[in-house]
Amino acid sequence: MSAPDATDRALLRLVAEDATRSAADLGRALGLSQPAAWRRLRRLEDSGAIRGRRLDLDAQAAGFGVTVFLGVKLAAKGRASLEDFERAAAAIPEVQTVEHVLGLYDYRLRVVARDIPDFERLLRRRIMTLPGAGAVEANVLLSEERRPGPL
Amino acid sequence: MLDDLDRRLLRQLQADPGQSLAALAERAATAPSVASRRLARLRAAGVLRGTRAVIDWRALGWSVEVSLRFTLDKTQPNAFDEFIAAARAVPEVLEIQTFLGSVDARLAVIARDMGHYQRIYRERILTLPHIADIEALMHVARIKDAEALPL
Repeated sequence: MSAPDATDRALLRLVAEDATRSAADLGRALGLSQPAAWRRLRRLEDSGAIRGRRLDLDAQAAGFGVTVFLGVKLAAKGRASLEDFERAAAAIPEVQTVEHVLGLYDYRLRVVARDIPDFERLLRRRIMTLPGAGAVEANVLLSEERRPGPL
Repeated sequence: MLDDLDRRLLRQLQADPGQSLAALAERAATAPSVASRRLARLRAAGVLRGTRAVIDWRALGWSVEVSLRFTLDKTQPNAFDEFIAAARAVPEVLEIQTFLGSVDARLAVIARDMGHYQRIYRERILTLPHIADIEALMHVARIKDAEALPL
């Protein structure tokens, strides 16, 4: 898309915070008419700058007391093994994100569990048994903060 | 604690956060008035924090994303607090997380290209306080990123 101007950036900042606000409400906050705000929003969605909407749930309050980031190294590499690993990892409901990375690990997984015993079960039965999985490193999340980014 | 109806509502909302209350109630097999009351209660309990637009930084021209994992100098009493406060001041930082494990903290950092990344790394990241060690993981691809809870 053409580079977002200052108004686009302000709009992105507002909807990243609360995507349920109406175009009229957003327009009021930015000094735009309702149709102008709506058109900008539409353009940001069509260009892919807004990838979608996501429900923000407090995992802890919803009963998932443990979030763990896993670094996974594949034991055997090859095109087939990457795809098998990705498909199997993405199919586990407790695995929230799967990222392919370069560096110390091949994949980074974000996993939620009810508690530590639940996590251990998940790790042994579902993660360690993933096709091609080699060394696994686990870091338990203590705190997390999302920043607005360079807008 | 969440009951079955809470879970049904949240599951449906996670799948499509933009749907109307009427559609949501129908999919969760309840009346709109009940659904509305339940959602208000989940909000009050802090389970449901809101709906956010997901920004695609790549589509906005930020093509590099790096996960930086830090070991901090824990002999400094305020190492975590001071590190986090300084990281907040870097606009290109999207996420700040702290862990229990072999890694103390992680920052998700974006940049327009590798040259830009190198500049941010040297001028803004290496100058953060109390760093003992840094490891970098370069993002290649996102296989799964819905971040849904397995309710």
